[in-house]
Amino acid sequence: MDQPKGRPALRAWAGPVALAWILPGGGHFYLKRWNRGGLLLFAVAGMFLFGLLMRGKLFEPVDGDTFTMLLNYGGYLFNLASGSPYFLTTWLGYNQPELPGAVHDYGTKFLVCAGLLNILSMVDAYEIAVGKKS
Amino acid sequence: MYWNLTHFEASFFFALFAAIVFGVVSRRTDRDRLYYGLYVFACFLVATFGLGWLMYFGHG
Repeated sequence: MDQPKGRPALRAWAGPVALAWILPGGGHFYLKRWNRGGLLLFAVAGMFLFGLLMRGKLFEPVDGDTFTMLLNYGGYLFNLASGSPYFLTTWLGYNQPELPGAVHDYGTKFLVCAGLLNILSMVDAYEIAVGKKS
Repeated sequence: MYWNLTHFEASFFFALFAAIVFGVVSRRTDRDRLYYGLYVFACFLVATFGLGWLMYFGHG
């Protein structure tokens, strides 16, 4: 079947985007953008590591009222977006309950934002893979 | 191991990591990426100090 006009082929971008999710900066490494991939790996993994060292909480899907579901499912989704740092952390048994205190709260935000930054790197890998960017 | 960062240290490192990613993904040339990353980092720090002073005066 012909590809619809203007839509890039799936095989052109699926690999780099999947790699960018699994390993922050991985999509850029695959596309031979070594420096940019290294910077992305440093920034996303650094953000995640700082979140762990501040004992931030990793979200889990929790049912309840709308706000609780939005918060927990959203947090879980963005934690998941970090890729291998998240999988490695949960595999090694990190399980920090939510604690009162500004530093723990910052840690939770760092963990979520690492995932958000990795989504940006996935979008960038996509744009490079389909030729929208160099 | 537990890092008990101050508010400023936490916002500094947050700004650093976010600015790197924004700089890398946002522009077309390395020079523009560097300038944009520095610009974003500066904006984060200005916002940190600005909001800090705002809260200080707002608190009364």
